[in-house]
Parts: sequence; structure tokens; C-alpha cells
Amino acid sequence: MNLVLSGVAKDYGTTRVLDGIDLSMEPGEFVCVVGASGSGKSTLLSLIAGLSPVSAGSVSLGGVPVQGPGPERGLVFQSGALFPFLTVAQNVAFGLRLLPISRADRERRVRWYLGEVGLSSWADALPRQLSGGQRQRVAIARALACEPAVLLLDEPFGALDVQTKEDMQLFLREVWRDMGTTVLMVTHDVEEAVMLAQRVLVFSCGPGRVAAEVPIVLPAYRALAIKRTSLFLGLRATVEDLVRSHMLSPEREKV
Amino acid sequence: MEIRPGPDRLRPGRVQLALLLSQRITALMSARTVAPVAPPDTGRRTWEPLPRRGGRSRPAWTRGRSGGAGLSLRARWGLRAASILVPLAVWTAVSMAGLVDPAFLPSPPAVLEAFGEMLGTGQLVRDTLASLGRVGAGFGLAVLISVPLGVAMGTSRVALALLEPAVGLLRYMPASAFIPLLIIWLGLGEPSKIAILVLGVVFFNTLMVADAVRRVPGELGQVAATLGARPGEVLRKVTWPYALPAIVDAARINAAAAWNFVVVAELIAAESGLGYRIVRAQRFLQTDKIFAVLIVIGIVGLLIDVALRILRDRLGRWVV
Repeated sequence: MNLVLSGVAKDYGTTRVLDGIDLSMEPGEFVCVVGASGSGKSTLLSLIAGLSPVSAGSVSLGGVPVQGPGPERGLVFQSGALFPFLTVAQNVAFGLRLLPISRADRERRVRWYLGEVGLSSWADALPRQLSGGQRQRVAIARALACEPAVLLLDEPFGALDVQTKEDMQLFLREVWRDMGTTVLMVTHDVEEAVMLAQRVLVFSCGPGRVAAEVPIVLPAYRALAIKRTSLFLGLRATVEDLVRSHMLSPEREKV
Repeated sequence: MEIRPGPDRLRPGRVQLALLLSQRITALMSARTVAPVAPPDTGRRTWEPLPRRGGRSRPAWTRGRSGGAGLSLRARWGLRAASILVPLAVWTAVSMAGLVDPAFLPSPPAVLEAFGEMLGTGQLVRDTLASLGRVGAGFGLAVLISVPLGVAMGTSRVALALLEPAVGLLRYMPASAFIPLLIIWLGLGEPSKIAILVLGVVFFNTLMVADAVRRVPGELGQVAATLGARPGEVLRKVTWPYALPAIVDAARINAAAAWNFVVVAELIAAESGLGYRIVRAQRFLQTDKIFAVLIVIGIVGLLIDVALRILRDRLGRWVV
């Protein structure tokens, strides 16, 4: 299912935070959005997730306009937002419990997704017992268990230490290749965006617009060592320069 | 420096000249103090090193309540025992020394004796059960009313705007001030006593429940919605379980208020209950009985608190 945004704008009161966003994603694509803080990146995800209405333009998935939140568009927050009163397995089962499927079917799915994110032995643990990286794995498994057409990730690894973050990047690439889900991820970490995405969108500030698009011409299989190649470093520098050049709005520069 | 009168000044006399001179000097001096020439920034600090605070400095881990690391288990229980035993010892000493008329301050043995006597006749148990029954009815009713109201206020802006001014105002009207009105409306029987309890608890509990519900992180509800939960399901499966330990905690705090109000209600007009027993004892100057009943009130209150604390901890095992 194609995710299509055309002319999307969002106002908070009289302030326009997003303007004229056109984006089309093929099924199975991995796209990262980077930009300085305040460029409305997270707002974009909440519009696609259907958590707040667009002020202009339209969002549609597979030709159907988005009119509210739904399991075909999974969302993962930076905090993970796990339900603290549920075990890991119950968290993953949350969306499945809302569907008319048998208990055996549900448990089989939960087991499978826990295995996929490498947390089978933590099924009965509570979220507070998990590390930051493990929590994000649960959050991703919970979203994936609902078989979303699009997985929306809002700075999912922003609160993790560098080593864990790199593990999670490899993990996410792996999951993405296994599942074939479309992934749209917001991050402020340019290196992460280049490492993960097939193309990177650079947002400008005030109001947020797509300022540039950089195709990431790296091989499909990416090990951590790729971060030291000149191709990677060149792409990273290109995106970083773009982010920097679109950081300040013209109004702010005058001050 | 030389002061020359300007061309517009006509022959200034000596006095005028002196005056002018002094004005100039003052102006120059004040100019110096107001805007001193900034010393050239040589990149070096021109001030003294900061003074250090003197005095004893104990290591941080021996201070405060940080983990109680500085206090052994035995010392902690010793202090806890002292918190009860020291006032008891003072009471015993004062009453035994005969400093105060025993009619005003009965001795601990006398209180114990009165306690035994009331326990023996079954009076104390009957009174305690009567008071507990009223608390159960009044507090239970207040919780049944306030939890739905509080959840509504915590989740819906409409309910919040509609209810908060009224509840906020009513909360500040003391329940005991309603007693005369309630007696006029409901008579001297049980309904008026239960109504006092309800009035005393319901508004506070509503606001505290609303607060507990508002503290549920918005992201949890948003995630639940993206997993397919409808608003009612978000409320039942996310908001409610998350807020429940805090709601029980609010109820625990208000149970203490309810236990106070039942005694107040029984002081006015009753034929049973711990408050009634105090009024009866006062009529016959039986201060030993009053003391015994007071201690029972305290202990029963503490037991209610402990029970609700256990319930909260069981429900909130997931809380960090």
C-alpha cells in the first residue's frame, strides 16, 4: 500500500508548523526524515498516524484517506510508551486482543514477534525491568504484531547510548528486511538516517517543508563498518550540510 | 585642570567661580563613579578565588533519608518504638507524679482498666463496628460517586470545565458546617451521618481522582489508539489500570478524613459509635474511657490506612 501525502499543512493556532508536504512512499520503502528541532518532523508522524487532523492537504494509505489512528499505521515513540502495568508479552498482545482471533493464534503471534526482537526469555518481565534498548524492541514488536502497512518511528533510538543505538540500527534493518514493512522514521541523527534509509528527506524550519531529498546509494546489506567508508561519509556530510543550511528560517536570520 | 567660564557667562564673581569649580569637580567625580573606564580585558581573572564554606562536612551518605544507608534496621526500629514509648513514658510520669488531677489526666493503668471494662461488656466492639459501618456506607458511597466524576474530569475537557468550579468551591465548605442543615433535611438518624461523611470526602476525592487520571501519559493513549483501541477501550485498558494505584492512594488519604468525620457526626447525635461513647463518657467525667476510645480510634484508623496501603502496593506492583 502506497503512503501518499499531498499538500499537507498543519497549523497550531496561528502558527504554521508544516507546509506543503508532498511525499509518496512505495510499499517496503525505508525513508528517514531529518531536520533541526522545530521543523515539525514529529508532527508529520502524528498526522500520518491520525493522532491529529491535517489543516490542509491529505494523507492516504493505499488510496484510502487517513481519518484517525489505526493499526495499519504503527507508531513507536522515543520513550517507547510501553504499558508499564502489562508484561512484555501482554504489551505485544495489546493490539491483538482487540481483534477477534483465538487465544492460541494470539499467543503464537506474540511468541513469534518476541523471538523476532530477541526477547523470548523476557516475556513475563515488566517494562521497568528492561533496558532502554529492550524497551524499544518491545515497542517495535508491539507495533509490528498488528501487521501495519507502515511503521512510523519517532526518534526511537534518541534516548539510547551510542553502542545500544548501533545495535538497534542493525536490528531495525534486519527486522525491516524480514518483514518488508514500509518504514518512515524521524531522527535528528544524520548518521543514523544515512545508515538506515533508502532515501533521506531534509526538513527546513518554520514552517517545516521538505527542503531536499537525498537518495542513499548504499548496498542493501549494511554492516556497522559501512559507516567508515568514504561513500557513507560523503553522504553523511551532504545531508549534514543540507540540515545546517536549512536550520534557520529567513526571519530568524535577520535578528 | 582649568575652568574657563563660557562666553555666555558674564564676569562670574569669585563665589560663582568657586561654585562652578566645585560643580565641575563633582560632575567629574560622579562621572568617574558612574562610568569607570573598563580595565582592558587581559583574559585573566582579576578577582580573588571564591571563599570556601567552613564548618564540619559529613559525608553525604550519612545525611538525610538517602536510602537509609546510614541507619541500621535495628536503629530504625528502635526509633520507631521510641516514637510511641517516649510520649507514653511522659504521660505515665506526669500522671503518676500527681501533677495533674486524675480526673483530667487518667494514668495509663486506669485507661487500660477502662479499656478492659468496655471490651468486657462488648460495648467497645459494638461501638467500633457501628462507626466502621457508617464509614463503610458513607465512604463507600463517596468513592462510588467521586471515582466516575473524577475519571470524567480527568479525561474530558467538557466534564472538567463543567465540574471543576463547583467541586472546587464545595470542597472548601467544611462538612461539619453542613451538620445543622443535614439534621434539618434528613433528621437525626443514620442518613444525616452518612451524608456528612459523603460531603466530607466526595469533593476532595473527585479532584484527587481527576488528578490521578490526568497524570496518565498522553503517549500511552496515543499508542493504544494506533494499535486499534477505541476511546472506550483506551479508558478501560490504559487509563484506568495506569491510574488505579494513584486512585487507591487518594482513597487512602480520604479514608482518614472519613474516619474523622464519622466521629464528628457521632458527637452530635447518635446512640452508638465511638464518637457517641466519648460524649457519654464526658457526661460522667470518665476521662479514662475517653482516652481509651481515642486510642482505639487511632489504632483503627491506622489499620484502615495499612490495609489500603497494602492494596495499593498489590495493584501497583508495576510502579517503578
